[in-house]
Formats: sequence, C-alpha cells, structure tokens
Amino acid sequence: MTTLSEAASKRLLARHGVAVVDERTADTPDGAVDAAVELGFPVVVKLCGPEIAHKTERGLVRLSLTDETAVRAAAEALLAAAAPQDGAVELLIAPMLPGARELIAGVTDDPHFGRCVMVGMGGILTEAIADVSFRLVPIDRVDAEEMLDDLATRRLLGPFRGEPAVDRAALVDVLLALSELAQHDPNVRAVDVNPFIVVDGRPVAVDALVEMIEMDAEPG
Amino acid sequence: MSAADPRFAALFDPRGVIVAGASSHPGKFGFVALHNILANGYAGPVFATNRDGGEILGVHAMTSIEELPHGAADLVFVCTPASANPGLLRACAAKGVRAAFVTSAGYGEAGDAGRRAEHELVALADELGLLVAGPNGQGVVSTPSSLCAQIVAPYPPRGRIAIASQSGNFISSFENYAVHSGVGVSRAVSAGNAAAVTVPDFLDYYASDPETAVALAYVEGVAHGRAFFERIRAVTAQKPVVILKGGTTSGGQRAAASHTGALATDDRVFDGACRQAGVVRAATVEDAFEAAATFATQPRPNGPNIAVVTTAGGWGVVAADAIGRSELHLVALPDDLRATLDEKLPPRWSRNNPIDLAGAETRDTIPEVLDLVVNHDEIDAVIYLGLGIQSNQARMMRASHFFPDHGLERIVAYHERQDARFARAAADASAAAGKPILTATELAVTDPDNAGPRSVRETGRLCYPSANRAVNALEHLWCDARFRRRRARTG
Repeated sequence: MTTLSEAASKRLLARHGVAVVDERTADTPDGAVDAAVELGFPVVVKLCGPEIAHKTERGLVRLSLTDETAVRAAAEALLAAAAPQDGAVELLIAPMLPGARELIAGVTDDPHFGRCVMVGMGGILTEAIADVSFRLVPIDRVDAEEMLDDLATRRLLGPFRGEPAVDRAALVDVLLALSELAQHDPNVRAVDVNPFIVVDGRPVAVDALVEMIEMDAEPG
Repeated sequence: MSAADPRFAALFDPRGVIVAGASSHPGKFGFVALHNILANGYAGPVFATNRDGGEILGVHAMTSIEELPHGAADLVFVCTPASANPGLLRACAAKGVRAAFVTSAGYGEAGDAGRRAEHELVALADELGLLVAGPNGQGVVSTPSSLCAQIVAPYPPRGRIAIASQSGNFISSFENYAVHSGVGVSRAVSAGNAAAVTVPDFLDYYASDPETAVALAYVEGVAHGRAFFERIRAVTAQKPVVILKGGTTSGGQRAAASHTGALATDDRVFDGACRQAGVVRAATVEDAFEAAATFATQPRPNGPNIAVVTTAGGWGVVAADAIGRSELHLVALPDDLRATLDEKLPPRWSRNNPIDLAGAETRDTIPEVLDLVVNHDEIDAVIYLGLGIQSNQARMMRASHFFPDHGLERIVAYHERQDARFARAAADASAAAGKPILTATELAVTDPDNAGPRSVRETGRLCYPSANRAVNALEHLWCDARFRRRRARTG
C-alpha cells in the first residue's frame, strides 16, 4: 500500500471531475516565487511528497504569504525541513482561497462493508464534532443528496456569513465522482479530501490524499 | 436459500411437529417446548421422543424416531444434547422431516469442539436437504398455524409483524410488547448461532410472506456487512424492515492515516448502510417494536405535515416540540380548516396547530374534529392526545364509597362509553381517509384497562405511551415513505 503525493492525489481527483485548487509545483525557491507571481498573492506554500502524510503537524504548510520575500523564505525553510525518509519532495504553491466554510469528503475501505464514501463538515474540529455521513459505494444522486441531509449542521450549507449557499449539485457531483473512482479503480483504497473550501458556493479541494493498494505508475 | 424455499413452510406452517428430547420434568426445555406447543392451540399432530418412553402431557413419547409414521411430521424441534443430533436428524430426514429447529447448546458458542460440531451440523443439513435453524436458539412462533414452538414465553396474538433475532430473549421482549399492546405477530424466530440459516434468510422469507406486513430484526454482529445489506435491500423493496442493532457504542474506530478512515466507526457505516438500503433503524427496543407496530397497523403518510389534536394545552406543546426535533412538520393550520372548526367549537380553542380543544368539547366534538382534520388536503397525519382522561376520573368514582349513588354510576358509564367511541372514531377516520391517526396517552401503560387505551387495543392499533413516542413512530413511517417516493418504490 502506498500514498500518492498531494499534487498527484489532486491531479487524480481533477481527472475525475473534482474541482481542485489551481496550484503549481516547484523544486526550488526561485520556481516557487515565479509560481506565486503567476497565481497572484496571497499564496500557500507546502512541502509535499509521497511519504509526507501529516504536513500540518510537521509545520510543512505556510499560509497567507503576501509577497515574493515571504514566499522565498518559506520555500527555503520547507526544503531545509525535508528529512531523508521523506524521499523525493517538491514545493506546492497555491492561492489562498477565501471561504468561511470547510467540508471533508473521502473514501474508506471498511473491513465489513468494503468501499464507503463520506461527506462531513471539515476544518480543525472535524474529528471532534464528527458530523459526517457514510454510504456504501456505489451511490446514486439520491443517496448523495440524502448524505447532505444527514448532517446535523446542514444549515451551514445554506447562505452563511455573507457567502452564498453551497452549490448542492456541485457537492453531490463530488460525492458521485468519489464513488465512481472507488468503484472503477480497485487500486484506490482510500481518498481523503480535507478540506474542501467553499468558494462562491462551490467546493474546491485544497488538500487531498489518495491511498493506493499497489502502484507502479500514477493511475488514470 | 431462496425466498420460495418450501422448507420454510415446514418451519413456520408444519403439518406435524416432533419434540425430540421431550422431558417429563417441567423445569427442562424438553418439557417446556412440548408444553408450549400443546398449550397454544397448534392443530397438527404433535409427537415426542424420550429415551425412556412413557407419556408426557398426554403425548406418547417414542423411544426412537423409527416409530414415527412416514410423512406425519415435517418439523422437528430439537432439545437433545448436541452429540445425539446427527443420528436424530438423519432419522428424521428419512421420515420426511424438512426443517429442524435446534435449541441444543454446545455448538459454535462452546469452544473449538463446539465449532467443529457446528460445521458438521451445517454439512449434515446440506447433505440431508434439511433446513436447520439455530442451534442454540429459543424457538419459532407462527400465529397463522397457532405454533408456539419456543422455550420462552409468551405466545403473542396473531398479527402482521414478523420477527427475526440474533438474541432469543429479544424475541420474548417483542412478544411481551405484542401481548401488552395487542398489536400482534405473524412469525417470530430466534436465529440462535445462525449456523445455516441467518437473519437475512428469515427476512427473505418474510418479504414474500402474505401473513407479514413488516419485518423486525435484532442484530449484533454483521460479519459480512456488504452482503447483508445487499440482501436487506431486496427485502425493503417489498416491505418495511425495522432493525435494532446491539453494540452500537462499541466504537470499532480504526487506526487510520486518513480522516475519513478515522471517522468510519462501525456504527456510522452501519447507519449509512441502513439509510441507503431503506432500513428503518430503531434507537431502542420500544422504538423498534412501536415502529413495527405502526407499519403493521397504520396507513402510510403521503407527506410530513402533521396536525396535533389535543384536549389540553400542555400535551400539545410537548408534542409540537417533539415534531420540531423530527423530520416531520407541524403544519400551520389552514385558514379554511380554522374557519370550519370555528363553527364547531367555542371561542377558547387554540385556533392553531396544535388544535387544543381546551376542554371545549361536547358529546360529538372529538369524532367530528378528527374527521375534519384528517380529511384536509394539507394534512398528512394526525396525533390525537387526551384519550381516556374522563375514564380516569370514572375509575376514581367507581372506586369511591359514593359509588354508585349521586349519579356516579351513570356518569362513569357515559365517560367510558365516550372514550371507547373516541378510540374507534380515530381508527375509523384514519382508515377512511387512508392517513395515519396515532393516539397517545400514558394511560396505555399506567392504566391499560382504562376504556381509552383498551378500546384502541380493540381496534387492533397501538396506543402510544407518549406523544414523543407517537412522533418517533410517525417519523419512521414518513422517512420510509419518503425513501420509497424518492426512488419510485412501493411496498
């Protein structure tokens, strides 16, 4: 079993129709600065690689970088923080997305039920609040709609703090895409998208992790 | 095992029953089983075996199955020790027996040797073409055949709820509720160790059983969760299935690198699978029985819009609170209905929903109001509160030293007649409108002989012990109807 890097995970999701943040990879601080200029400030810079699972805990995510100097300093520090066991690493540069709401969605492989798809309220309290809903893969559109209705805090999917309501159809499409990915690619064992940030009502994947059972090459 | 498997007919509607290992000692299961079959009106021939022969409860005890006329019985109820069972089952199969219910312990629950014996039992069942329920189960009940082949009590009244349980004592619990409420049971079976026949096998049978309107199951472990739900989904396509699951708080949380995996506890995944398969998941034992009893006795709601009819304010307020916490909707009282009720009622009624009659009712008010409310297009179901309060007073009068003088006898009879009438009116109006009317009062448990709850029982419906529990039951009904509607399913 192995995990895809964050960038590869998001590429896989994007190919299945999930909206992911428009991001760039770079190997050097110069490359990171060029990417940030191209994307526009403020940006996020992360260190990522197939062996790095818990970036936040290791301080490998730098948020709200507002100029070239800050990006360069962050990129240098992150590359210096890479440990030998991290293997091949790269820098990931993405725009800071404005959005007050975070969602989580994913796929897990349950020992009794097999592949399951999940949606819930995301953010730092995700596991403490555990307002989530599961279904067995495959799901249909009605199942996906009902998963959203299961959430105790489903009111947060409505208009919220000056932001429009979450585009339910877009969110349902995400869940259907995850179900389809899990159903048709038996090599995909688990998917974790945490968080989706809701931008103008649409969920955009900001961080993602895909676990593969075995991997020779990046899957299609 | 297919739903059409004729061996289930031998288990639930046998043409003759053998109690193997019948005992003359009234404390032994082998006696209790024979007693319970004989005492509850089973009409077919009943046979017994006992090593020492003799007569037990008027039944000649055969020392060997060889004595049994071929084809006289198709069900054997096994109370013999596990070691005797292979020989017994072979002999029974040779005499035309198609199904066995095995109560014997000493199988899968009893260590390595027991597990081996259980594997051998299953292999033998396959070889003989015998349907073997159990082992280590408490029995089978089938009211259409007046069959009470179980080593627990009670024998429930006939009805339309079919029960399958991984715990034999929950069979007894649900049967106790059936006796108390009067809402009866079609079939009930304890799966025991479920060596060969599992809870989904029984539910399959119930799905096509014309005696059954709703299936009720108690489960603990669900080892092959996906296969379990794929089968249950086929059952819910035909009939509602209510499941009570034990062990929901045991966690089962996985050590996982991903957030999704860490959040995937057994209970959350089970709950999602229930919702996906259209299973009505009950929270408690009473919720499970009451949900099943409601499916068995009430029409299905076409929508979530509920009206509460109450004879006193506080009860209505609490009912409204419970509705507010549910998937149901306390509908705003339609203007035309308000105008109609204004013509019927003195001005102190609530003029809103809950429809609080505020003690303003006269002789015919309640039947008339129930009828008007349940027939309104914007109302999908009604909860009726306040039945039995006058009979409660009547009870005190009847017990007092003033009775029967001072007009007490007459007023007591009037109150009891009225409450009986109201209970019938609720059932009749509901049946005529094809919409649920649930009657709730704590008298259902505090004084079940009160004319109100007693008369609800006589209509065949459940008298709910509180407004909250009526709301819970109605919510289950609505969620089931909504599930079917969204998927264009019937059943």
